[in-house]
Amino acid sequence: MMKLKIYRPVIACVVLVVLLQVVLSVTGAIYYMTQVTMAAYYALVVIGLCLLMGYAGQISLGHAGFFAIGGYTSGALTTCNLFAYRDTSLVSWFRSAGLVLEWQDIYGADIVSFSPWVALVVALILTGLIAFLIGLPVIRLKGQYLAMATLGFGLIIYRVVLGVHVFGQADGISNVPPFRLMGGLEVNGRPHFRVQNYYIAWAVVIVAMVLAINLVNSRVGRALRSIHQSEEAAHSLGINTYRYKLATFVLSALFAAVGGVLLTHYNGSIGPSEVTVIKSIRYVTIVAVGGMANLWGVLLMGIILNFLSLRGVFGTYDDAVFGAILIAMMLFAPDGLLRMPQLRMLSSIVSRRSHG
Amino acid sequence: MANILLEARNLYRSFGGVHAVKDVSIQVPQGAIKAVIGPNGAGKTTLFNLIAGTILPHDGAVIFQGKAITAWKPHIIAGMGIARTFQTTKLFPHMTVLENVMVGRHSRTRSGFFAGMLNLPRTWRENRQVETEALAILEELDLISHAFETASNLPFGQQRLVEFARALATEPVLLLLDEPAAGLNVNETRELAKLILKMRDRGVTCLIVEHNMSLVMNISDDVVVLDQGQKIAEGSPQVIQKNPSVIRIYLGDNYA
Repeated sequence: MMKLKIYRPVIACVVLVVLLQVVLSVTGAIYYMTQVTMAAYYALVVIGLCLLMGYAGQISLGHAGFFAIGGYTSGALTTCNLFAYRDTSLVSWFRSAGLVLEWQDIYGADIVSFSPWVALVVALILTGLIAFLIGLPVIRLKGQYLAMATLGFGLIIYRVVLGVHVFGQADGISNVPPFRLMGGLEVNGRPHFRVQNYYIAWAVVIVAMVLAINLVNSRVGRALRSIHQSEEAAHSLGINTYRYKLATFVLSALFAAVGGVLLTHYNGSIGPSEVTVIKSIRYVTIVAVGGMANLWGVLLMGIILNFLSLRGVFGTYDDAVFGAILIAMMLFAPDGLLRMPQLRMLSSIVSRRSHG
Repeated sequence: MANILLEARNLYRSFGGVHAVKDVSIQVPQGAIKAVIGPNGAGKTTLFNLIAGTILPHDGAVIFQGKAITAWKPHIIAGMGIARTFQTTKLFPHMTVLENVMVGRHSRTRSGFFAGMLNLPRTWRENRQVETEALAILEELDLISHAFETASNLPFGQQRLVEFARALATEPVLLLLDEPAAGLNVNETRELAKLILKMRDRGVTCLIVEHNMSLVMNISDDVVVLDQGQKIAEGSPQVIQKNPSVIRIYLGDNYA
């Protein structure tokens, strides 16, 4: 009984998503769906970061880096043209194994590149590996030291993207092909695919939410919360605190990478602006304002703030708005918006559900 | 002589120039209640931390069930059946009492990240099993009415009891209790004594650091006295009470 209660918001979420689509379609404001879709992919980053920050209590100022590793890997693999090598035995083998995509770019040039499925798998393996190797030393650090170390990681990824030719340097990667899923569905940003992609993005987000909700209510979730609240006690109860923190770090990086891969195929491009430290700080801000250990709050804030930002509501003050929100959060509600005394009523309605 | 469950052999640890624990050896027989007493700063908590693996000894060995566990990681030592409580209670303040005790089941359960995310039937069953077991422990310690309260909202005495319950949830072979009666009133202390004796009757060996002399003298089979990092006396409560150097430490030279 208690177990089913935690899924109730999932149903509410599905209903809201359908309702929003109907409202937007009926009112003719269908173009809003594009930004909602993009916001949904960004939300994957904050769902993962919520597990890391809110539950395991470890900060990361480098998650834009993991988003970018996912997006750039997929972008590079699906745009690298193997056309000139299509008759070599290796590429022929790739073709017969169905690992490549043969298509034409907007100028009509023939392109033979890796299929998005291959790119997705490679992107996830690569992100997982990098997160593991970075996490191995830095996850031992605490508080501001961990923040500094992950910040440094983000900066390195930014410089790599700017410096490496394959990643398009300052231009980024454009002309990334759509990601054909199954049954005629594809991650494609063209207006014709708008409604379909709205639902694809939300399906991915809802699956991610269900996985995350399951996790925080499981033995592992309890262990993560216990590490956050008293690491020494958790350790003395048999919890391998280092391993759990590291695994959560890798997991949250993978969530970010999935968002990066899908958004890159949706937009058809990815650029260095996705890798900036400002982006990482934005994700941290969203988790803070969403209530830290509150998956639904974080999802809601992730969608709303990213949507407003993508619509250009904040204008040239975009980054400043997120900075101001972060400062306000730290001053007035360091435990997250929903833990403020004034809002505790609201919190008991929303956050208790995500904890079962 | 009974089986030796835990042995600390010539443990040594200093912090800067302070010799917190100096050449201390103790033996804890299976099924015994052994107390460690001594003035503040005598090295009692350091001794506990050395046994539990929280800090590393500079010399000496810790042997548990015949195995050298010196400098092993705390979570591995916990997995072997050594549970502890802390001098200042270290509950998980934002979790419910029930969840606190459920965390205690960690080393006796298995499901990992994937099982947790997918919430497979066996994961679900394990979770429910853990909940049932935790509730049973709360029932036994008379905490069941607080099961769904946030731990930090409980009065101090009950927080101590929750920490005790959490330690019991690990199914310990050896319990390390660091000043379990600190801050408890007379009634609570009496209940605690009953509880410790009850656990001993179930085969749980106890090593207790305690300042409350009536508790120590009433329940322990054996007392070790530490002063300035060194063991100065060991024996039954009756013997220790008459030991001149113990009296000197506690009451001053005039009484020795």
